[in-house]
Amino acid sequence: MAILITPSTKILVQGITGDFGGRHAKLSLDYGTQVVAGVTPGKGGLFFEHGTHQVPIFNSVADAVKATGATVSAVFVPPPFAADAILEGVDAGLDLVVAITEGIPVRDMVRVKRAMAGSKTRLLGPNCPGVVTPGTGKDSSGGCRIGIAPGYIHKNGHVGVVSRSGTLTYEAVFQLTSKNIGQTTCVGIGGDPVNGTSHLDIIKLFNADPETHGIILIGEIGGNAEVEAARWIKDHCTKPVAGFIAGATAPAGRRMGHAGAIVGGAEDTAAAKIAVFKECGIEVAVTPSDMADALLRSAKAKGVTLT
Amino acid sequence: MNIHEYQAKALFEKFGIAVPKGTTATTPEAFITALADLPEGPTMVKSQIHAGGRGKGTFTNGFKGGVKFCKTKQDALEIAGKMLGNTLVTAQTGPAGRKVQTIYFTVASEIKKEYYLAILLDRNSSKPVIVASTEGGMDIETVAHDTPEKLFKVIVDPAYGLADFQVRELITKLGLTGVEAKNAGKLIRNLYQCYWETDAAMIEVNPLITTPTGDVLALDAKVSFDSNALYRHPEIVALRDLNEEDSKEIEASKYSLSYIALDGNIACLVNGAGLAMSTMDIIQHFGGTPANFLDVGGGATKAQVIAAFKIILGDKNVKGILVNIFGGIMDCNVIATGIVEAVKEVGLTLPLVVRLEGNNVVAGKATLDASGLALISGSTMADAAQKIVKLVA
Repeated sequence: MAILITPSTKILVQGITGDFGGRHAKLSLDYGTQVVAGVTPGKGGLFFEHGTHQVPIFNSVADAVKATGATVSAVFVPPPFAADAILEGVDAGLDLVVAITEGIPVRDMVRVKRAMAGSKTRLLGPNCPGVVTPGTGKDSSGGCRIGIAPGYIHKNGHVGVVSRSGTLTYEAVFQLTSKNIGQTTCVGIGGDPVNGTSHLDIIKLFNADPETHGIILIGEIGGNAEVEAARWIKDHCTKPVAGFIAGATAPAGRRMGHAGAIVGGAEDTAAAKIAVFKECGIEVAVTPSDMADALLRSAKAKGVTLT
Repeated sequence: MNIHEYQAKALFEKFGIAVPKGTTATTPEAFITALADLPEGPTMVKSQIHAGGRGKGTFTNGFKGGVKFCKTKQDALEIAGKMLGNTLVTAQTGPAGRKVQTIYFTVASEIKKEYYLAILLDRNSSKPVIVASTEGGMDIETVAHDTPEKLFKVIVDPAYGLADFQVRELITKLGLTGVEAKNAGKLIRNLYQCYWETDAAMIEVNPLITTPTGDVLALDAKVSFDSNALYRHPEIVALRDLNEEDSKEIEASKYSLSYIALDGNIACLVNGAGLAMSTMDIIQHFGGTPANFLDVGGGATKAQVIAAFKIILGDKNVKGILVNIFGGIMDCNVIATGIVEAVKEVGLTLPLVVRLEGNNVVAGKATLDASGLALISGSTMADAAQKIVKLVA
């Protein structure tokens, strides 16, 4: 088992005819992911071709869902149109919408999140690398890759990874795979201040997943999502958890690349979050090079096998 | 994106938010005409820079106070001459300070009581929040810490907008009645409209004041905007003041590089915001100090890498460079080639440590080794950081 997606999940790509969406749709197909449809308004009836793959393109998400049974969408459309694309996926009743797009206005996301209240759809992102459930083939192929993460660095196994940042997720996954420790699912929740799924949402899913034996939680300065997740872990999670917070050296009030990575007060600094992690029994990685080792320390202390 | 107080006040007036009458001048010659637009009597002289703490700031010429109360317009004229063109250092500017290029004169309002009012995003609920306090004119973090019972919050449902009952709730908690309550209600509604329609990231009015005649005025105004939304607000982009921004940061933005200058001496060049932040952290962890945050993005091109090196080397404090690239999808060899060409083009004399990992990394490392450049390889982030810290020590 894994969380959110499995190798048999059928996905559609909104914005498949754009450069960015098309490039990553091809990489997902190469990885063995079931990319069953593309959506570009006005291009319905055409096909997205890659090697032996012929992926049908539809004018709307609803049409694509009806024809192919896709349950998950990857959104690659440009920022001015991304909020609309997300809501179209929600309206079509998808289980999961993964918004890769970076640079969506905050006000648009405030409205999207409000409009999604009560719907069955989960939103991951925006401004996120996506989600990967590694497969059992060569270089973890045969898995489900949604988004922009490099598939080959993964390995099928028992560790869950959740992070705001793309490259920092890859760093953690690479460390794990280098130590022959595989992953159940690796989730990027995105670097924006308003996102669909929080650290805590993903931690709860990992905690409930019997295949996940340990968790790496990667956070940043700004907001209190990491603190919220840590407090829940203290009360409910018995699995080993390692944590890292980026941004210890970031000056207050400056946006560090991600719109959400900005220190607003005494509560959302790296030092404050790390202190809460320690208090909640999370093994803190002292440097980003230490993430996999930190999880190994926690697993050893709890007598849990990660491989 | 930030704007000046006088620009924020002009925006407020468009939305029907009451502010004291004011005028600006950018040259000493313009002081007299600017002041002619104001009535005789007490006048405020306010230095316009994008930083808080102006009132308690000191100019590098020794003059104290970037915001001054003057009893007469004649006094205001004299004081403005001491501010314009001089550099103001406040708690928020850093030791270098900011040169004052615009003076804002306003009528000095008679203050009955000061309040605090702000609108921003509440990240926990993903909705706008209005924050108000009876403790105006103070540092709001201090109020939140010492007297949280004097801080009031109302979360606005974006589907409905600010509701009347919420406005009444705020006014009641602020202890306003009669004509003051009526004026404050109008101001709060208009301020919310301003926040929402302009895609503001934050609006802060500190202080908001009542006057003996029952007026409610925004005495100060700090407004910043969501940079992701600027594409739909050309009228706000027009307010951008490049004098207030770091020249290296402006240059970086031309190449879609995310760069922030810091005080240290080890420059870093990284792909991805999270990795860039943690590269700064690991430099500090091993005893060094980062000179910058620099994210070249997921699809760095040769042109971007060259621009990044030039920007880094434009910082005179830099004594060494750490390149940390995790090439997930990107071919590491393409990045390595970009680094080699960039270094050859800019003529590097400083120590350079490169940590390269990911797709086609073996070929990438071979390219670096064959380049003949005096660069040093790091095997992991920790190894690379330790090496560069040692080299600049």
